[in-house]
Parts: sequence; C-alpha cells; structure tokens
Amino acid sequence: MKKTLFDKVWDAHVVDTIKNGPQVLYIDKHLIHEVTSPQAFNELEDRGIPVFRPKQIVATADHNTPTQNQDQPIKDELSRKQLEQLSINCKKNNITLYQLGHKYNGIVHVMAPELGITQPGMTMVCGDSHTSTHGAFGAIAFGIGTSQVAQVFASQCLLLTKPKSLRVNVNGKLKKGVLPKDVILYIISKLGTNSGTGYFCEYAGNVFEEMSMEGRMTVCNMSIEMGARGGMIAPDETTFNYVKDRQFAPKGEDFNKKVAYWKTLPTDEGATFDKEYSFNAEDIEPMITYGTNPGMGIKITENIPVETNASFKKSLEYMNFEAGESLINKPINFVFIGSCTNSRIEDFRVAANFIKGKQKAKNVTAWLVPGSKQVETQIINEGLKAVFDAAGFELRQPGCSACLAMNEDKIPQGEYCVSTSNRNFEGRQGQGSRTILASPLVAAATAVEGKIIDITKHLN
Amino acid sequence: MEKFTTLHSKAIPLQIENVDTDQIIPARFLKATDKQGFGDNVFRDWRYNKDNTLNIDFALNNPNYSGSILVAGDNFGCGSSREHAAWALTGYGFKVVVSSFFADIFKGNALNNGLLPVQVSKAFLNTLFKSIKKDPNINIIVNLEAQTIAIENTDHVAHFEINSYKKTCLINGYDDIDFLLSKKAKIEAFEISLN
Ligand code: SF4
Repeated sequence: MKKTLFDKVWDAHVVDTIKNGPQVLYIDKHLIHEVTSPQAFNELEDRGIPVFRPKQIVATADHNTPTQNQDQPIKDELSRKQLEQLSINCKKNNITLYQLGHKYNGIVHVMAPELGITQPGMTMVCGDSHTSTHGAFGAIAFGIGTSQVAQVFASQCLLLTKPKSLRVNVNGKLKKGVLPKDVILYIISKLGTNSGTGYFCEYAGNVFEEMSMEGRMTVCNMSIEMGARGGMIAPDETTFNYVKDRQFAPKGEDFNKKVAYWKTLPTDEGATFDKEYSFNAEDIEPMITYGTNPGMGIKITENIPVETNASFKKSLEYMNFEAGESLINKPINFVFIGSCTNSRIEDFRVAANFIKGKQKAKNVTAWLVPGSKQVETQIINEGLKAVFDAAGFELRQPGCSACLAMNEDKIPQGEYCVSTSNRNFEGRQGQGSRTILASPLVAAATAVEGKIIDITKHLN
Repeated sequence: MEKFTTLHSKAIPLQIENVDTDQIIPARFLKATDKQGFGDNVFRDWRYNKDNTLNIDFALNNPNYSGSILVAGDNFGCGSSREHAAWALTGYGFKVVVSSFFADIFKGNALNNGLLPVQVSKAFLNTLFKSIKKDPNINIIVNLEAQTIAIENTDHVAHFEINSYKKTCLINGYDDIDFLLSKKAKIEAFEISLN
C-alpha cells in the first residue's frame, strides 16, 4: 500500500487499536509551558499517578513572561506564581526546565527545534495549538488540551482517531518580497479557517522544498489557522543539515542511521490524499489581513472585499474598516515582530535588511521580540541589534509577548498593530486592540513609514 | 467527570460564527493554576462594554434567555488549545454546546470535561435559532444514548454523531487516563520494540 508521510509516522507509533474506537498513539516528545500544565500536574497528584516518562518531557517558560528586566522578580503576582508553580512541578517530577533567563529559554516552538529536540519521524505534543510548527521537520506534531497533557504525563500516550489527509501543493517561482508568511496567509485566505478541520496537512511542491527550515516552520505553524491539527513537510537534506550537530540531535553513527530512516519517510509516489489543493507561486503577493480571523487576508495591494453576512460585518466593525476600501496609507502606531510564527533569526535578518540606514516613524512603537535566548544572542552577534538601535526600534527579551498579551506587552484599546504573529482575533493583543497580520518585511516597512505601504514598489 | 445521559433545558442562542477560544476566555484570565473561577469570565469582552458596564445586547445577558445549552454559530471553538475555554463554559453552567461545526481541539477538550458538543446541520441550527428566538422558554432535549437533539413539542429532531468510545466514557463518567493506564503493559512492550 502506498503511504503518505503522515501515515508512515503515525503507523509507526500505534500501540493499540480499539475496535470501532480510537487508537493508542505513542508520543516521543512532550513539550510543556506554564499556562496549560499546572492543572494537569494537579490532576495526577490528586489521583496519585506518577509522571511515566519524565525524560521525554521538556519545559520552558514563555507565555506569561516579561520581555524586560528578566533578571528581576516578576511584578505581577499571578504571573510570578504561575512560573513558580512550573518550577516546583518540574523539580518534583524530574523534568528538565529551561526557565526564564536560561540560555536555552524561549518560546516552546522556537527553542525545541533550535536545540535539536524536534526531529523527523517523531510524534510530538504540547498544550499549545501552534505545536504544528514542528511538522516542518516531518514530525507529527499537534496541540492538545490540558486533560491530554495529563494523559501523556500518565502514559506517554494519547487516545486518538486518525485524522484524514490533506495535501497543499505550491509550485513555481515566488515573486520578490514574498515570504513564507505570505504563502501561508495566501493559502488560508483561499481555503478558509475551517477547511483543515479533521485533517493533517502536508505541504508539497518546489516552493516548500526550496524554503529554509525557518520558512517551513512559519508555514507549518499556521496550519491550525485553517483548522488542521498539524502540517508537515517531507524531511530532506535541508532538514538533516539543520538538525545535525544541535545539542540534542543524535551524533556520529547514530545520526547517520537516523538519516537513513528519515529518508524513507517522504510520501510514496502515487499515495492518495482525502483532499488536495494546488496553487501557483506566481499568484502570491505580499499579504495582509483586514478582519478578525486569519482567513480574512488580501494581497496588500487589493481592496477589502464586499460581503453582506453578519460575521463579516461584525468583523469589519470591530476593525473600523469599510468594505471595499484599500489599506494602503492607513496610519499604524504599533508594530510587533515576534511570536512563534516569525521570531527566528531569519525573520530579524529580513527586518534589519529593510531597516538598515532608515529610521522608525515617530508615531510608531515598534517591539522586536526574539523567539529565544539563542535568537537574541544571534541578533546581537550578527550586528542586527546595532541596526535596530540606530533606527529607533526596541529589541526586547524573548517570550510570547504581544502575540497573546498575557504579560504587560499589550496593544492599547482601539489601536492597530501590524503584527508578525498568527492570530488577529478580537482583543488577542490586548482588550480592544486591532491586529493586522503580515510578514516581517511588511511589518518593518510599516514601522519605517508609520503607515501601510505598497511594499512591492520598494523592492529594488 | 460527571455522567451525562439526557438533558432537558432551555437554550441560549449565540448567533455568531467562528467563535474562537480567545473570546470564550481571554488570555489575561489564564494565570490561574487550578480549574476554578473561569465561569465568571466566560465571554468577558462580549458580556461587558469597554467601560465595564454590562452589555445588555449580548445573549448571555438577555434576561429572556437561560438554560444549560449554548447554541452557537458555525466553527465554534477555533483558535487556541486552551482547555480553560471548556472550564469557562462548564463553570458558567453549560452542559451542551450546539453548532454546525466545531474546531478539533475544542471538541476534544469539551468531551474531556463532560461538556457535550452536538454537531447539527446548518438547516437544523437555523431552526434552533429561530425557535429559541421566537419562544425563549422552549425546551431542547438532548439524548446522548439515542444521539438525538429535539425541540420539545415539535417534530424538529436531529441525529448527531459521537465516537462510540467517547459516548461510553460520558455515559459512565470515565476518562481517558483510566483507560490508558490499563494499557501500561502494552505501552512498555511498545517502548522495548522501539529500541
Ligand atoms: S508566540 Fe503566540 S502563538 Fe506562539 S506559543 Fe506563544 S502565544 Fe502561542
């Protein structure tokens, strides 16, 4: 039988199959953070169940952490308590924790790949919907709820029904200034926010083959925004080279053996998918969102569509936009470059490259928040910080920050924020805030101009 | 987990599509380390106006509506994986959510907390909205055993799907941890086979 990448990894992890019911799926790596784990630890403790495989769990503090003065005690009492609870829980259960300030600390979906924890062919879970990011390596990775976090703690397994398969092909040559973020925003704008529900998505075609691992992670990250539990890209030389020599990657002969196995994983020629879509790379342009879900995206040069349904109207009313209008020249006071979608070194290189020799517009508050300590160090070592400082941008310390605004990094009521994050839901970046999703290039250009510009005219 | 068999209740209509979990429970309320108290903040930013006064236009604040069934628009529960959304809904008193489509993670989280997601056709969902708005006191009957949802004293009834394993869990109040622990020996044997 011809198998897909997803089938191969899934089938290799099935421990048991219940008749007419779900399967017991073995989980190789479990990532945890402070927000969705405490209730799971409580559950186990209440029931007197030990953590089954603590060595397969890695913890980081990211969602609820400050991005300034990380060396000082956290002011917000509830946040401080939540982080303390994570430390206590990890210590009690012998789980490795990269806490605030540790050189490996960072957003869970940035630090794990960077450390070589994420590898092809694995099953990985985390109590966070953007766990789909790790699928960029050809792993099955998906977000779970806290009850499931407890299940994995107790048994290193989950009870699941195998999802259906979906493939999205993008072939051709991307235009100048079109980044991986634009590719995924384009796909979601075409397919809608629930097209992937019940499916695992594989991205195929030369566009993804030619992408860096950073770019592939940006794409897989947003799979959940079209409803798919996860996204995957077949592992290849780019993947192997990225994983090689990282802290927790297999070394020497072990690595070679793994590579030989990883090479067997790509989808067999002729394997079939339950749904398949194809797009031309040439049709994609720099993208921007105008509404309150990530499917409400347009090319930056396009006008907002005109629709009459109630949800569309409610969304535009929230954003204070008119149907049919263009977003070019809209004044913007906040710009956020960060989040697990776009806070890797490549994203900051793109931003710095545009910003170099220019100045941030006076009206703009621009926050640059690296995804991890390691990215922060790279930004400094590569001289990007100097570029940002000279241009008036504010480089902060790593964390989720304004992506979900659990800490102090909130966009004020009514303000627009051009953001490289993944969700433009009502109030996502702070009560009453209005989020416009875009690539790091579009975000950098907005910060320099103080308004949305047609980036395609500025790319020579 | 509480057992679930049948429910007779009035329902609250939330005729909004793509309700994401950030709306069900905004991120700023996720700092707690237990499951208590989330019900107080369910739909916080829709229930209250910017100046913290009650938004009387919002369905949950409409004194005509009550009950432990929430009837919501298409694609309910999309976005973040936060199980706090399920705790907020059960904490407020909901036992059933009806929609024409549920996001995956939310659906799983709901089932793991004894909150029954009932998926119906768009047409039936519309009938529900119309009937409730016409008569807020109308009762809805959800029968898990028979997998049906009906509007009392009418011939409007629909069948809904649920995984048979999950159905058994809900009816008996079991959860997945008990089941997985019973598979320990198989799991250990599987781990050995990996090496
Ligand atoms: S950066 Fe945003 S989307 Fe990513 S893990 Fe943090 S909160 Fe979630």
